[in-house]
Amino acid sequence: MPPLFVFLAVILVWELATSGTGRRVIPPPSAIMLAGLDNFEVLGRSTQATFFEAIGGLFIGSLAGLLVAFASARWLIARDVLLPIGIAASAIPIIAVAPILNNWFGVLNPLSKMMMAALLVFFPVMINVTRGLVDVQPASLELMRSYAASERVVLQKVRVPNMLPFFFTALKVGTTLAFIGALVGEYFGGTSQVLGRIVLQSMSSGRFDLAWAGILIGSVAAIAAYLVVSLIERVAIPWHHALRSDG
Amino acid sequence: MVFGQAASTQTRALEPISLTIPPGEFVSLIGPSGCGKSTLLRIVGDLIQPTAGVVEVNAKSAHEARLDHDYGMVFQAPVLFDWRTVEANVALPLEVLGVSRSERQARVRAMLDLVDLGGFLQHYPHQLSGGMQQRVAIARALALAPALLLMDEPFGALDEMTRERLNAEVLRIWAQTATTIVFVTHSIPEAVFLSSRVVVMSARPGRVTNVVEIDLPQPRNEQTRESDRYFELVTEVRESLRGRGGQVSSARLRADGAVG
Amino acid sequence: MSVERESGEGPPEWEEAPAGASVRGGGAIEATSRAAVGVPAVDSGLRQRRYRRTLGIVAFVVALGVVWESAKWLAGDPWRLPALGIFHDPPFRVLQLSDRHLPHLWDIVAAFGEPFQRNAQYNLASYLIDQALYTGQQALIGFSLGALIGIVLASIFVHSGLAERAFVPYVVASQTVPIVALAPLIVAGFGRGLTSVVIIATYLTFFPVTIAALRGLRSPDPRALELMRSYAASRWAIYLKVRLPASLPYLFTALKIAAAAAIVGTIIGEGPGGVPQGLGRAILNFNQQYITGPEKLWATIFVTAVVGIVFFMAVRVAEILVLRSRGQREMSA
Repeated sequence: MPPLFVFLAVILVWELATSGTGRRVIPPPSAIMLAGLDNFEVLGRSTQATFFEAIGGLFIGSLAGLLVAFASARWLIARDVLLPIGIAASAIPIIAVAPILNNWFGVLNPLSKMMMAALLVFFPVMINVTRGLVDVQPASLELMRSYAASERVVLQKVRVPNMLPFFFTALKVGTTLAFIGALVGEYFGGTSQVLGRIVLQSMSSGRFDLAWAGILIGSVAAIAAYLVVSLIERVAIPWHHALRSDG
Repeated sequence: MVFGQAASTQTRALEPISLTIPPGEFVSLIGPSGCGKSTLLRIVGDLIQPTAGVVEVNAKSAHEARLDHDYGMVFQAPVLFDWRTVEANVALPLEVLGVSRSERQARVRAMLDLVDLGGFLQHYPHQLSGGMQQRVAIARALALAPALLLMDEPFGALDEMTRERLNAEVLRIWAQTATTIVFVTHSIPEAVFLSSRVVVMSARPGRVTNVVEIDLPQPRNEQTRESDRYFELVTEVRESLRGRGGQVSSARLRADGAVG
Repeated sequence: MSVERESGEGPPEWEEAPAGASVRGGGAIEATSRAAVGVPAVDSGLRQRRYRRTLGIVAFVVALGVVWESAKWLAGDPWRLPALGIFHDPPFRVLQLSDRHLPHLWDIVAAFGEPFQRNAQYNLASYLIDQALYTGQQALIGFSLGALIGIVLASIFVHSGLAERAFVPYVVASQTVPIVALAPLIVAGFGRGLTSVVIIATYLTFFPVTIAALRGLRSPDPRALELMRSYAASRWAIYLKVRLPASLPYLFTALKIAAAAAIVGTIIGEGPGGVPQGLGRAILNFNQQYITGPEKLWATIFVTAVVGIVFFMAVRVAEILVLRSRGQREMSA
């Protein structure tokens, strides 16, 4: 309830403060809604395109992250090198390579934006999955030793289930990052049918209401992606969710 | 393969020990912290390698016995997998062994009935109390019908009443399955109540100081806990732990305080 | 496969066996052992791994350079280095490895010495350093502001459940609004200067700090709080003496993330936001000159990476100093 109140209050104040002042950088919510409805097709199509880039990047990035994580869990040497590098890489503003990716894969090609998104998603996934595979309760490992279980069986029955919650946490963070990656890629160039460029173009032609409409729709798309991942998580690891709500 | 980390310190955990346990016996290892009783248990289970000596289980080396799944182990913590139901947890060793699904199911149900948890198959560990979780761990340890059951202070984290109840459970299971049991504990009453023999150990360095024969009649129950002989034996074990080893003659102490 | 096993058979008599002898059949156990568990001590093992780790990172960076040039050797543009007498035609061709898309490392290094623009007085190195300082400055302001706001918000949320329930969803939702799309709007509203960039950097920074601070402020053992209450300590005193210190490890973990976020925010403000200075602007400019001089873009990217790492290390050093002096442990990243 309280969030709803805050939301309505903000919308109300916003509307009252900005209506009747003509074209402005922050138009009243009513104008934004109108612009959104008027241009629904264009906005819808470009949001779809950006969504596609983000999800593609999410997929590629998490797949790569998983593979590298399994490799670094398997070989201690790989882990000692890759994990600190992964953590250091998260300190580097990776989006700086967006123009390079655009040039490599073609500025008009959605793949260049996908790769930017994938790059951002890769690191949290790799770091989290590695931790999930490695940080297993020692008692569980002792138990499996008492069964003379092979490492492959330990991997299958203990490490993989253990890492699933970590993986989903990283995936949820990844959805936000994927959108950032896709949009940054678009900012450095892209077709005119993607959300980033629509917002830019609306701005340069003074149509701020349209720009805001685009931004808000983009936001909704990002939230939708997050919720879908949350749903998948609930299905994949029902036990974890129950634990969290009970605990 | 190397997963995770491995590190420990260089200490001499145990002095030379010689111990023989016939099949079907219930033997407790008792001693203060640091006496090496858990270490000894793990050596028997081939989870730790001794630096010298021979360990034989079931006429094989400990290593072979582990590979042949000759024993089941119950730890201090239940060590159940959060992501598996009670049924799936008990099925774990059977899965590792490649037992067929139908056989697995039957066996799991039988074991859970044995520990009186037949109605909790689909529950998750976090929905059960500590005592129930340990019972699941026991059911799992018995899943492969091992010749030997190793238990490392399994009831240490439970309250006294639950502990006494589970003691009775363990005795019942022992009677029904005729498994050999090696039981590590630091509770004197528990050791005396459960075992046919109590091995008393002391620390620094870890070694066996005494072995006390428990001649209490089977089956044991609440009456046993209140008998004179029980108190005598508890005292004897206690004295051994204090380093005053040797037999205490039965004439020495009686419940009514008279000495004669 | 039968699951039933024989419970051991064998003579059920008991005998104290002399050291080293005796065999019992069936289920008997005989443990005759001098059992001392010997495994290398903790210290040397951990130190070993730390050396290996630093060595590993250095090796990795070097290896990266080697892979870079090897890839070009195999599938890049023809190598022409008259000074070293190297004339090499790679057997394969991959577009992304051409000199245009992946310049030779030495070309990138050389570009630092050249003028950053036609007819410019400064070389690339000094230009980039200027821009890096500018970006760093703004990122620092954004970072500090974001951290401050994050801590304040979290402190409010810890003490007011109502505030938390009302506002946390928006804190979370704020991050789903594509800041990259919002940036030009902010610049349009606040002008092409420090303010806009700082706002954007703060926007990206405050979220991880808020969440981490909230967790940290909530982390003290409830019994410690009970103890304080038994002293009739005020909420403010509890906050200062118990909650805030307890939140430090969590805070530092988030600050490391926030450092990177602040830089990203600053660059986004400068680039897509349209502020005419800083590394973001440099990236945009050199992107346009890509056809003629891709090395400059790469050089800028390297400098940006260095700035990011410097920031990260600064926070890490602060973390080590503050936490170790208080005897607290860092949380694993």
